[in-house]
Amino acid sequence: MSKDKRDSDDIKGKAYDSKLMKRLLGYVKPYKGYVILAILLNILVAGLGPLRPYLTKLAIDDAIANSDYNELLNISLLLVGSLILQAGIQYVLTYYTQLMGQKIIYDLRVKLFSHIQKLSLKYFDKTPIGKIVTRVTNDVEALNELFSSGIVMVFSDVFQIVWIFGFMFFMSWELALITLSVLPVLFYATFLFRKKVRDAYRQERKFLSRLNSYMQEHITGINVVQVFSKEKDEFKKFIGINSDYRNSLMRSVYYYATFYPVVEILSSISIALIIWYGGGSIIQSAMTIGVLFAFIQYTEMFFRPIRDLSEKYNIMQTAMAASERIFDVLDDDTIIENPEVPKSIEHYTGKVEFKDVTFAYNSDEYVLKNISFEINPGETVAIVGATGAGKTSIISLLTRFYDIQKGEILVDGINIKELSKDELRKRISVVLQDVFLFSGDIQSNIGLNSEEITYDKIVESAKIVGADRFIQQLPNKYNEEVKEKGATLSVGQKQLISFARALAFNPQILILDEATSSIDTETEILIKQAIEKLLVGRTSIVIAHRLSTIQNADKIIVMHKGEIREIGTHQNLLAKKGIYYKLYQLQYKEQELSGV
Amino acid sequence: MKSLKKLNKYFFRYKFKIILGIIFILFSNAAQVYIPILLKDSIDALKENISLDLIIKYAILIVAVAIVGGVFRFLIRTTIIIVSRKIEFDLRSDLWEHIQKLPTKFFQNNSTGNLMAHATNDISAVRMYIGPAVMYSIDTVSKFIIVIVIMISLNPMLTLYTLIPLPLLSYFVYKLSKKIHTRFTLIQEKFSELTTKAQESFSGIRVVKSYVREENEIKHFTKLSNDYLLRNMEKVKIQAWFMPMLFMITGISVIIVVWIGGSMVIEKTMTLGEIMAFVAYLGLLIWPVIAFGWVLNIIQQAEASMKRLMKIFSEKDDIYESSEINDSIAQIDGKIEFKNVSFKYGQNNNEVLKNISLEINKGETVAIIGHTGSGKTSLINLIPRLFDTTSGELLIDGNNVKEIPKEVLRKNIGLVAQETFLFSDTLLNNIGYGLEVIDNKVIENVAEISQLKKDLDSFKAGYETILGERGITLSGGQKQRTSLARALAINPKILILDDSFSAVDTNTEEEILTKLKEFMQNRTSIIISHRISTVKNADKIIVLENGVIAEQGTHDELVELNGIYADLFTKQLLEEELKEIE
Ligand SMILES: Nc1ncnc2c1ncn2[C@@H]1O[C@H](COP(=O)(O)OP(=O)(O)OP(=O)(O)O)[C@@H](O)[C@H]1O
Ligand SMILES: Nc1ncnc2c1ncn2[C@@H]1O[C@H](COP(=O)(O)OP(=O)(O)OP(=O)(O)O)[C@@H](O)[C@H]1O
Ligand SMILES: [Mg+2]
Repeated sequence: MSKDKRDSDDIKGKAYDSKLMKRLLGYVKPYKGYVILAILLNILVAGLGPLRPYLTKLAIDDAIANSDYNELLNISLLLVGSLILQAGIQYVLTYYTQLMGQKIIYDLRVKLFSHIQKLSLKYFDKTPIGKIVTRVTNDVEALNELFSSGIVMVFSDVFQIVWIFGFMFFMSWELALITLSVLPVLFYATFLFRKKVRDAYRQERKFLSRLNSYMQEHITGINVVQVFSKEKDEFKKFIGINSDYRNSLMRSVYYYATFYPVVEILSSISIALIIWYGGGSIIQSAMTIGVLFAFIQYTEMFFRPIRDLSEKYNIMQTAMAASERIFDVLDDDTIIENPEVPKSIEHYTGKVEFKDVTFAYNSDEYVLKNISFEINPGETVAIVGATGAGKTSIISLLTRFYDIQKGEILVDGINIKELSKDELRKRISVVLQDVFLFSGDIQSNIGLNSEEITYDKIVESAKIVGADRFIQQLPNKYNEEVKEKGATLSVGQKQLISFARALAFNPQILILDEATSSIDTETEILIKQAIEKLLVGRTSIVIAHRLSTIQNADKIIVMHKGEIREIGTHQNLLAKKGIYYKLYQLQYKEQELSGV
Repeated sequence: MKSLKKLNKYFFRYKFKIILGIIFILFSNAAQVYIPILLKDSIDALKENISLDLIIKYAILIVAVAIVGGVFRFLIRTTIIIVSRKIEFDLRSDLWEHIQKLPTKFFQNNSTGNLMAHATNDISAVRMYIGPAVMYSIDTVSKFIIVIVIMISLNPMLTLYTLIPLPLLSYFVYKLSKKIHTRFTLIQEKFSELTTKAQESFSGIRVVKSYVREENEIKHFTKLSNDYLLRNMEKVKIQAWFMPMLFMITGISVIIVVWIGGSMVIEKTMTLGEIMAFVAYLGLLIWPVIAFGWVLNIIQQAEASMKRLMKIFSEKDDIYESSEINDSIAQIDGKIEFKNVSFKYGQNNNEVLKNISLEINKGETVAIIGHTGSGKTSLINLIPRLFDTTSGELLIDGNNVKEIPKEVLRKNIGLVAQETFLFSDTLLNNIGYGLEVIDNKVIENVAEISQLKKDLDSFKAGYETILGERGITLSGGQKQRTSLARALAINPKILILDDSFSAVDTNTEEEILTKLKEFMQNRTSIIISHRISTVKNADKIIVLENGVIAEQGTHDELVELNGIYADLFTKQLLEEELKEIE
């Protein structure tokens, strides 16, 4: 199903981007102490490794050559000492850098999650959930390696190489130069490899992300696949995506298969050069065997970090790509802004007013045009209209899920842009058209784990909407487990729970968006009677397709294609003989006829 | 190891490449162990003040041997690792093919996140076993044997001394990584909790925002993140010992060589070249020894992952595998008969349907009405066999549904499920989802019937409009009608509408029903609804009450009966009339 359109997980940028890096380092700042400690320990520990081949040289040239057992023992003890010291420091170093890494990603993760929670619905409309989840989980995780081993490893490698070079030049600068003469070739090979691997890696990520979103979407919609008997076709598609992924993985196998042997061969060339040049010097007695010995060990020591560079490069690249995506989200400012100094409503009455509101989800496709109406405190207002007319959109605007392009929305005479969003939303409860249940239990789905909502309140609300009846029949009653998206409840039952939730929050304005669309008439009538008492003195807005549910409304708003066509009471509108009249005739007449 | 045996059939598929790979490993090891011998010879030669020519010969030999070894290393990766990627592909494909077939019940018991984890993490754990683990274990064992033999031939005593720390090393690696693994599992658990939390919190963002629960969500998430940090540090506490431990122990071996070997050189029982060779061999051995402990772990993890995968593989498509399919049934006419059907969702659940007997003739329209939770959806889900009856029989055209091939059955049923699921694809591809090839005429026709035409005008891209995830950018009614069009497009013999107009206004519904009337001629249809206006024209109306058929008949008959239906009818009618009279 998914075409090329969802590849924003592609890695666009470079592997190293100094701007990104700078910003990332900003998160290290609070842990400056750790960094300084790590660097100091690194300098120390990096020298200890290269010290040992030098000590070995001393053992060969001074102790063994002079048959000095004591000296040999001393040097051996020194070797052991350096080893223990190195191990100890290494432990402390690893522990603290990991701790730092963990703390940094904790900071970042919480910051990111909080930011996303505040983003406007527009962001969620255009971004698949799977992708957002990846940001706060895997992408942040990718940074962990960078902070806890990447940065520190680079330091330690650099220090170590410096120490090795130091020892080598100290012992014999000619031999050092000759040994290092393969370096340019090594660098070139690494450079080529890096480039190839980077491209391959990008492909890998792209196909993996495609594979994951395919699986995610099709597991969620498996019922549709099965009911339409599309398993074979879907499997073909899956094979296509899966083999793209496999091929991209296999490509990088070849790069690694070439690179590692090349490094090994280069290192053997270095050793051969040492034997050739060093051997010549030894024959002329210009050099001792111990030096040769030490050099061969050094060769192995400095080829390792260079070979591992490719791995570190991967860490770096993953981290850069991840941080780019993370920063994209953090920079996303599709936030519905709170006013700097929010006004507060002193005498809350529940008056709502739309003044000439015009709104589009996407730039210029207007979904609502010049909407004006007034709801007086305590009134019940109904909105009717064909599907797609814009009823849900009006509701979304009142709770400031989206900001409008033109006009004003007032609650108790104050523009909602001047109120704090939280205060606004706390006064309004919406039973959303699309029911969403969290996994957990029934109780937490009604009370949403809010401390202010007692168990009794939860039961009371469930009773009002008639959900208590079926909940009592469940084995664990209010503690019955709710599966992902409430899979084991009937659709109507889910709607009842969602309705109970709205009542539990004891709102001053209650909005019902098709809140009883999947509920049988009898229950619906019971609910209506029950909440009528509850609603006395409160404002409510009801969207419904069954006209029977809305007739006692104080005011009915008839919408058509994003515009208000008629406003009035049931009687008024009937008398007007307009759209509402026609709608009514249709429903009423039909039933009248069949009743005969 | 039992679960991993299941992989044998995959290994078998690529046996030639694997055998080749093993041979390459042996060759490359032979080349690798030869280099220290060359080093030893050249250093010993230097001691004897030999000519420069000989030295040059050694130098060239070293490079030549390294090149041979390198070529084999290349070949190893391009056989064994490539095979591991291929097996990974096969395994993942097989898993998906299997998952696709599993019954609805399976998906209600396994969350999406869990299944995703199996398809990604578990498969990569198994892949690590197939590739690196197999490669390194053969590499280790063969290299170890060759090197030890050579070392013993050089100097048995020194070999003994230097090898003492090595088993210790393997033991430590094994122990440590086992501990790390248990802690890692704990970390994974937290991580999956974290993921689930994020997933739900974002999916339910509308609810979260409506009820101003953001702070609460953040608080909860922060706590999980903190737990996650703590669990990670538990692992780090042990893991940080890993590397220091490694070079401590390997370093000790080298020091033993220098010290004891050095003494031997002084006593002239050993040469300097031999010391060089020993140091070089230790260098060769260290990695395999480390790898040994590591490989043991990979195998353990792969075993655990494979066990989880096998659990999915062993999940039966109990609906289709257990029944006796009659392949001669190639088409469906549309007569449906329930004979004493009872149904419950699980052993411990209550009976949702009790002794349902019902006959629906070909071409008839039957409507079902009933309270929330009375079992309407459960009833119709039995027809395309999303679930199977617990007792009783369900016949289509006189054949038990259990005998009808799945494809035949489902291709002939157009089910508009109560909850709409759309793919994040174009509107066109969504409507034409069930078609082999998308036929514009068909699409036009079903869009017309389901009244999508009007909406299309307001979409800039028309049929090419790309829907958001699960159709999020459509209005409720638009989603439902797209799903209706999708079911009509496959030209089904049996059409099932499960409360498919709940988000559609009455006016539009009327227009759809009128258009549908023509479409439904010669098709059997079942319509579930709460509205009398939707069901009244049906040939037969079923009133379902607590899983039992309480009343059935035509609208007039039921009104006459003066029971539940009649009561409902007056309620819906009265409401409107009352207002009218006022
Ligand atoms: N998030 C969104 N992004 C873009 N367009 C949207 C979005 N939500 C709705 N629309 C479009 O806005 C228009 C009005 O939708 P709205 O949901 O307000 O209709 P409605 O009157 O509530 O319909 P229904 O009765 O079917 O629920 C529709 O054409 C719809 O496709
Ligand atoms: N997967 C399931 N596992 C366990 N119980 C279930 C499952 N699905 C539904 N139920 C239960 O079975 C009963 C019947 O549910 P069903 O969905 O058939 O009702 P319905 O008549 O379609 O209701 P509605 O009008 O609300 O759609 C309900 O009590 C419901 O909680
Ligand atoms: Mg149902």
